[in-house]
Amino acid sequence: MTLDRTSTITLVAVMGAALLLALLNQMTAVGSAAHVPTYMIALAGKYLCFAMLALAVDLVWGFAGILSLGHAAFFALGGYAMGMYLMRQIGTRGVYGNAMLPDFMVFLGWKELPWYWHGFEWFGFAILMAIVVPAALAGVFGWLAFRSRVTGVYLSIITQALTYALLLAFFRNDMGFGGNNGLTDFKDILGFNVQADSTRSALLVISALLLCGQFLLARFVVDSRFGKILIAVRDTESRTRFLGYRPESYKLVVWVLSAVMAGIGGALYVPQVGIINPSEFAPGNSIEAVIWVAVGGRGTLVGAILGAIIVNFGKTWFTGALPEVWLYALGAMFIFVSLFLPRGVMGLFRTRQTKEPEPPAVAAAHEVTG
Amino acid sequence: MSDTDTLLYLDGVTVTFDGFRALNALSLVLNEGEMRAVIGPNGAGKTTMMDVITGKTRPDTGKVVFSKGTDLTKLDEPAIASLGIGRKFQKPTVFEPQTVWDNLLLALAGDRGTRFMMFARETADEKRRIESILETTRLTEHRCRRAADLSHGQKQWLEIGMLLAQEPQLLLVDEPVAGMTDAETAQTAVLLREINRTRSVVVVEHDMAFVRALDVKVTVLHEGSVLSEGSIDFVSDDPKVIEVYLGR
Repeated sequence: MTLDRTSTITLVAVMGAALLLALLNQMTAVGSAAHVPTYMIALAGKYLCFAMLALAVDLVWGFAGILSLGHAAFFALGGYAMGMYLMRQIGTRGVYGNAMLPDFMVFLGWKELPWYWHGFEWFGFAILMAIVVPAALAGVFGWLAFRSRVTGVYLSIITQALTYALLLAFFRNDMGFGGNNGLTDFKDILGFNVQADSTRSALLVISALLLCGQFLLARFVVDSRFGKILIAVRDTESRTRFLGYRPESYKLVVWVLSAVMAGIGGALYVPQVGIINPSEFAPGNSIEAVIWVAVGGRGTLVGAILGAIIVNFGKTWFTGALPEVWLYALGAMFIFVSLFLPRGVMGLFRTRQTKEPEPPAVAAAHEVTG
Repeated sequence: MSDTDTLLYLDGVTVTFDGFRALNALSLVLNEGEMRAVIGPNGAGKTTMMDVITGKTRPDTGKVVFSKGTDLTKLDEPAIASLGIGRKFQKPTVFEPQTVWDNLLLALAGDRGTRFMMFARETADEKRRIESILETTRLTEHRCRRAADLSHGQKQWLEIGMLLAQEPQLLLVDEPVAGMTDAETAQTAVLLREINRTRSVVVVEHDMAFVRALDVKVTVLHEGSVLSEGSIDFVSDDPKVIEVYLGR
């Protein structure tokens, strides 16, 4: 696989910025001009996790034409898996000092740990679940939906219903995930204090690494012959059937992969923001993720990362300076992009980007003509 | 005519849409290596017949048998395509944002599984096959262009090329010369006859001059069943055909 220039620049920029921020936080004295405060480290880490969610959305929306309005559900499920591990790590340091049960269970008068909480005391198991649970949900959902040839706006509505159903379910105390309050008050991760500057810096760098890994994986998928079929399915699904392809299989594979990418993003998000609660399933979150991709440029992968960072940076600034205006600003941004930048921010660079690498056909021609 | 010579066999095929009989006990036999032209006025059931053969529409009653006794009514589109039945649509349907080369690459006969496609690399054999199709369809110098940038006639040819790449036993071609110039139409007739040397072809067409140029057995459909069958001169002299085409 060869990387184009835009992709290389993106990878270098993401890794470079994360390392620089981490170094400036760790190596400089608090109060010095060059010091990056820890809250900014956590913020940057959060943006990178959102970028993973955006990348996941772009993979299915931009390349397979599946407009998911429920992708935050996979993100939140990954987050809950990590949250459960972090809860088990609290141990006797909780308010009730119960070594086995998280505080909210003691409060509800539960005597035993529910069966589905077992295993989450191990980090490896929690990570596995952050992958397996979103994959399983996406697998069942996608198998049913794609096999029945549900497409377009109908599919979008079902994805929206999916995340809303999970929102309602996780709100219930009986579910055993902390109800309305969710999971919080985390103490440490793999023995490191989650609040510590060094842990935050390390999590930022790990987020950057995983984002780059996910980007490379997504690039590989869309550049492969599989990716070409995906684009064909996006544009003329029925035609691929008459060529002997089964579009539902292609959609299912990319859909599950995308859910796993979102789940990993969620798992890294939780230790950096320190809380996971049902509001992460709110339908608005998924719609926002679609807006990030639209703003950055659908079907470009790089645009998804860019869009997630730009919009969330804007959100942080707006909600600090003019909190009541934020939703209007977000809406205005979406309308502006739809009207004037149909290819998103990436469309601005398009003219300079048109010099494409030598297509395989030219290479083949060289081979034939010698 | 022995059974082994028959490639496609439709018997008593009936399709109704909301009470409208698109096909009415249609029967048709196509021999191996044969080229057949299917004509008929609008609504005669030509496209519905293609839909039934390729698995897009399931008939209410009737038999559709391909090759050595495969019942096509039990299979879906990808399965039928994999058996060796290729279809060209009335409106050229190619993968617009992708290159001519990639369009052919995706159509090439071979493994259709997701895992294979994820890791597949272009082999020398594949390149050779694409090269030869580019030559047949006169698209060699357009190989790097996006399909969207081709002229209408070139798109039709690309789609025929994609059909060839599938290496089907039977090609179903729906109005291949619609919107083509006279020169392109003549070339297409030559191309189809070339293809027919190794494969069976069913052509649905309105253009009588083109059908005459193909010089093959003609089936005239009317209201979902066969009205007349024979050489082009025979069917154009058939009083039933004249009545349907010229009105009462």
